[in-house]
Amino acid sequence: MSGLHPAKPFPEAARDKVNQPQLRANLRKVTHTIREKRLRAVGELPHWEELRVLGEATKDASLANLSDRLLQLEASVKARGGQVHWARDAAEAREIVVRIAQAHQVDELIKVKSITSDEIELNAALQERGIHAIETDLAELIVQLSHDTPSHILVPAIHRNRAEIQALFNRELPGEGSLSDSPAELAGAARRYLRHKFLTTKMAVSGVNFAVAETGTVCVVESEGNGRMCLTLPEVLVSIMGVEKVLEKWEDLAVFMELLPRSSTAERMNPYTSFWSGVTPGDGPQEFHLILLDNGRTEVLADATGRQTLRCIRCSACLNVCPVYERTGGHAYGSVYPGPIGAILTPQLLGMADKNANTLPGASSLCGACFDACPVRINIPQVLIYLRGEVTAEKGVTAEALAMKTVGYAMSSGWRFEGALKLARVGQGPLVKGGEITSLPGLLGGWTQSRDLKAVPPQSFREWWKEREQGSE
Amino acid sequence: MSNAEARLEMLTRINRAVSGVEAPALPAYPQGQRLEHEAMLHQFQDRIEDYRASFVRVPAAEVMEAVEAALAGAKRVLVPAGLHPDFLPSGLELLRDDPPLSHAGLDGAEAVVTGCAVAISETGTIILDHAPDQGRRALTLIPDLHICIIRAEQIVQSVLEGVQLVEASVQAGQPLTWISGGSATSDIELVRVEGVHGPRRLCVVVVDQIPVH
Repeated sequence: MSGLHPAKPFPEAARDKVNQPQLRANLRKVTHTIREKRLRAVGELPHWEELRVLGEATKDASLANLSDRLLQLEASVKARGGQVHWARDAAEAREIVVRIAQAHQVDELIKVKSITSDEIELNAALQERGIHAIETDLAELIVQLSHDTPSHILVPAIHRNRAEIQALFNRELPGEGSLSDSPAELAGAARRYLRHKFLTTKMAVSGVNFAVAETGTVCVVESEGNGRMCLTLPEVLVSIMGVEKVLEKWEDLAVFMELLPRSSTAERMNPYTSFWSGVTPGDGPQEFHLILLDNGRTEVLADATGRQTLRCIRCSACLNVCPVYERTGGHAYGSVYPGPIGAILTPQLLGMADKNANTLPGASSLCGACFDACPVRINIPQVLIYLRGEVTAEKGVTAEALAMKTVGYAMSSGWRFEGALKLARVGQGPLVKGGEITSLPGLLGGWTQSRDLKAVPPQSFREWWKEREQGSE
Repeated sequence: MSNAEARLEMLTRINRAVSGVEAPALPAYPQGQRLEHEAMLHQFQDRIEDYRASFVRVPAAEVMEAVEAALAGAKRVLVPAGLHPDFLPSGLELLRDDPPLSHAGLDGAEAVVTGCAVAISETGTIILDHAPDQGRRALTLIPDLHICIIRAEQIVQSVLEGVQLVEASVQAGQPLTWISGGSATSDIELVRVEGVHGPRRLCVVVVDQIPVH
């Protein structure tokens, strides 16, 4: 995997992953742990739903006026001594970073965890020009040292257990060799290795969580302090942001500082957040570059249904609640954006033109848990169904396209849906074995290759409810 | 490839993409239940201790003793120029950042003592706006122990209030650092480890009625 392009269709990639018992055990443990923690963190705020609605509206308002917001951001950052660059695609963004690094003649730079930089495959491009990018987030460092790829938005090395990390650090970190497998000791080794780099490296690259147009303020949310180190100590700082990260006013940030930590690490607040506006004389990097990245985003913005995807604040709550992610892990999605959000973001960023990425909207049971967990109310199931329709529309009239259309029509009204259920109960007769349909005939056979269908039950919930109500009268 | 060309094309694409899209009106910011001042201070203490940072609350006359206890024997102590001199115990080797210390110089400090701009009780968050009693960002980043002195009246309940109170600093171009506990990671099997790259220990000293410096 590299960047956005999956190497295989999802069903194929997933098949490899679900057959790995250690991986499945690791994933089950972490997704369940963080799920429960998140429910506690969110449950503490009785007005959580109102915060979600406000977060949704704030992002939508900013997106509706995106060009004004970006121009305002550009002007504010420049007024405070920063430089602003516009990058239409990954190649342009990489080139800008390389040029800045070359202008300062650096052969090494430090990085704060940034999925956007992984999206544009920055590290490889720098390496080609002889510039080594050192990942400073603990999990990113683990991924980098083991020549692996991230498998989760928040905890990219979640597929690795402590024994694997112990072996890796003992082998790869200079001066180590006798570390135990205690997470505290392993984190201590990373601290020793990176300390000198933080104090002496001239240039850093970061992502951006939010940017405020009105004040030119850029924000990075983190836990370990590696972010603060990279954002404060080097002389030159380059921050890369997708254009959708911009907000209008300073006060707009408040709601996201409530929504993001509780959804992401399930904490009331993350340990450290840094905010800066351009260059602060005598404090921090005295040269600051902000790169505004498109890379498919404006095309997503143009789609009335898909547009909501751009509200995403990269919290990863949808990954942790997803039954599919829990079983396949992040690598099966083949993109830096895994899980439910990745299943809608990746194919859209690629303009629905990548065959493998177009299988991602199928990576869902449509259970809706991702929508409930999303702090900015992205209706992921709605977009998934919509994108499935788009994919099949491109293929011409297929059994699946027809089925999706029909389901869409039937589900658009209660009475139509009930009528369809009655018909199905009659039609399914010969296919049901033990309450399940394991093999559909003809063109529909593809559907049941990797799934069993529950047979339509003799009575629907609505019918049961109606009967119950009548009985009680 | 030119920046102006990319800029024009991106802006054109955006305008085409959202032409006719109306920005929704923003609903009012939702408010939680309001706490009395004393309850708020207790909430703040609870949150700080939940992050496994230390918390003490003292009358103004006892700040120096509280700082001395928090230092736990550390001698080489960084002090921002604007910190109230009465807060510091005697017998310390004080490192002033004037002229600015090198990174290596900062790395030699065992602790840093600062004030703050505002603190938020609901989340146990301290906001630094890097005013003279807090110093530039590197001061509170490199030493292993951060002692933060907070006047009781600097504590507010909600994130929104905190954000509003530092708006003037942001408008003035000041950077901000939000601190909620010591540095931490959960990257290995989701086991929380306190103390990675930032100060590994945070001590919060809340003071009632400090005379204004």
